[in-house]
Amino acid sequence: MSGTGGKGHLSAIALVAPLFLFIAVFFLWPLGTMMSQAVSDTAVLRILPQTAKVAASWDPETPPTAEMKDALAADLRAADDRQAVGDMTRRLNSAQPGFRTLMSRTTRALRKDDAPPLSEIDERWDDPRFWQAITGALSPTTDRYLLAAVDLERDVSGNIVAMPEEASANRDIMIRTFWIGALVTLACLAIGFPYAMLIASTEGWKRQLLLGAVLLPLWTSLLVRTAAWFIILQDNGLINAVITGLGISSEPLALIFNRTGVVIAMTHVLLPLMVLPIYSVLISIPGNLMPAAASLGANPLRAFVRVLLPLSLRGVASGSLLVFMTAIGYYITPALIGGAGDQMISSVIAFYATGSANWGMAGALGIVLLVVTLLLYAVYGRLSAAEERRS
Amino acid sequence: MKMKNWLAMTALAAVAGFSATTANARDLTVVSWGGTYQDAQREIYFKPFAEKAGKPLLDEAWNGGYGVLQAKVKAGAPNWDVVQVEAEELELGCGDGLFEYIDWDRLGGEDKFLESAVHDCGVGAIVWSTAIAYDADKLPDGGPASWSDFWDTEKFPGKRSLRKGPKYTLEFALLADGVDKDEIYDVLATPEGIDRAFAKLEEIRDDVVWWEAGAQPLQFLASGEVAMASAYNGRITGINRTEDRNFKVVWPGSIYAVDSWVILKDAENRDAGMDFIAFASEPENQKKLPEYVAYGLPNNEAAKMVSDAQKAELPTTEENLTDAIALDVDFWIDNSEALTERFNAWLAQ
Repeated sequence: MSGTGGKGHLSAIALVAPLFLFIAVFFLWPLGTMMSQAVSDTAVLRILPQTAKVAASWDPETPPTAEMKDALAADLRAADDRQAVGDMTRRLNSAQPGFRTLMSRTTRALRKDDAPPLSEIDERWDDPRFWQAITGALSPTTDRYLLAAVDLERDVSGNIVAMPEEASANRDIMIRTFWIGALVTLACLAIGFPYAMLIASTEGWKRQLLLGAVLLPLWTSLLVRTAAWFIILQDNGLINAVITGLGISSEPLALIFNRTGVVIAMTHVLLPLMVLPIYSVLISIPGNLMPAAASLGANPLRAFVRVLLPLSLRGVASGSLLVFMTAIGYYITPALIGGAGDQMISSVIAFYATGSANWGMAGALGIVLLVVTLLLYAVYGRLSAAEERRS
Repeated sequence: MKMKNWLAMTALAAVAGFSATTANARDLTVVSWGGTYQDAQREIYFKPFAEKAGKPLLDEAWNGGYGVLQAKVKAGAPNWDVVQVEAEELELGCGDGLFEYIDWDRLGGEDKFLESAVHDCGVGAIVWSTAIAYDADKLPDGGPASWSDFWDTEKFPGKRSLRKGPKYTLEFALLADGVDKDEIYDVLATPEGIDRAFAKLEEIRDDVVWWEAGAQPLQFLASGEVAMASAYNGRITGINRTEDRNFKVVWPGSIYAVDSWVILKDAENRDAGMDFIAFASEPENQKKLPEYVAYGLPNNEAAKMVSDAQKAELPTTEENLTDAIALDVDFWIDNSEALTERFNAWLAQ
């Protein structure tokens, strides 16, 4: 008996194993790596061990000492992994612009046997700011990326201070991302709920047709859909041609390169994610409940608010969650349809990841986005749990 | 039991066969910038080279981005061999060891090429330019002649379009503010110069539509969405030919740069890649490019073979070059990240 039980247990594990492995390899592991990138800071320490030792006793307010320069030259001569040197340079340049050219000039000069001292190779080696960047990068972990992700930094003495206003706007862009996500979710709800009711109330080919209409955007490429919206919304596009043609307004409406256009285009793209969950809940609600409410004297609005809405709330909640979560990750649509003030945080993350190869910054912004999203999800969980208890 | 063994054997054979084919069969993969430009390259470089070598050549398109190259090389065994990169990516990648060194002897020596097209890790593929473009049919009384005109929304009403990002934009702002073209990067190197550029940008903040892909500014011009735009010169003359437009390029104040062929470090087909680069650099092959797109040729001999009519459209032609500016690659590899942060913050305000 116990033998078969054990076997059953084993086969259960075997059946779950692929899923578990899949999640571990394709979800947890990359997520962990990305998050560790945001706090790990070994690129400089790995190449400059001697400099790290000598510079430990240096006062950042004073000019750099000759020993530090010698140690740095020795470290750079000993470094033979070009890609690791590149990682170090990228890290330093991100803290102090100018390190790129400084390092390439210095390493090129040091390759010769009779290389001059560092200050003669480039006078920037006498500038304490460059050395502050080095000493600021010698601890194996760092919070600078996480701080920078919310527009903070450490000053020379290590206190956390706000970045100058013109230097970074991640916080604003983050708030805007959630705001656009919320607007799109509301718009999807306003259109999606009645539409789902309409589908649920029809049958046969009509239902198929209505379902097909809402699914269609899911089957076309995101880029094509976005480009189509560009053509429709532009100043002499379809909508404005109708509006000015009918004489509703003599000037074309500004529908593109602003928030309106972004919300319209994103709502269109994300509508199926709202309609389908609501629809699937609605068709499970017995059709005789509304007539029953009416027979008890409720007018249609009251019947809707007291009967249909509470019953379909689960669909509304999961639809809203799906739309919101997807919306905050968008960046192609805001980039093509939106104006300068509609950029979302994903485009900033993409710049750091693919543009400047600053994975630490990309990871840190990703973490902030993830944490805020999880917080919102927790709030949603509490609310829906409370809702369940009430009903 | 037998059945099981047999299954296992087949599975093993299949896996072995699969890995063997993937190990042997990846064809030489060349990556360029897509669109009509890559269509032209396919006709004059990719197809003839595949025919000559007797082996297929795969071509893919990308949109730039140093992080993309770095991720591919760091992952080991990159799936691209030859890539056309911008000057900054060339400089960064060469310093970071992402590219193979170029065997200049196989190209017939460095003196056969423009000076700016010669690099340890790369061979110039084209010289291209970012310039003001406008539709001459919509501005029959004469279009803008300088960046000051571009900024002058009273003289030329309508929206403008600029590439989203600090590169080019800050240079153009300073030119519009009256900075001499030879002093642009000296001014930009100071904090006051950067403030000055952003202050100038502020003047037209509400009039600018920002573009990200090279086809966008021309689309905006064609639809009348904007009155003038910064655009890549090859695309401006390209759309005149394909869609019969009358778009003009304003050469004074344009910024030119060299795009280069590189070979990714430890790429599987790096030898064939070197052969390809040599093939694409031969004057006989390269001279055909201006028939399709108006980009300058880095091979001196090829540049001489271009007809006069085509020469008038190239960034490398003497009169187009007189008031143009060479992109300062060193400035941008140092400052790109900090200035992009600031630019994004400025946009978000």
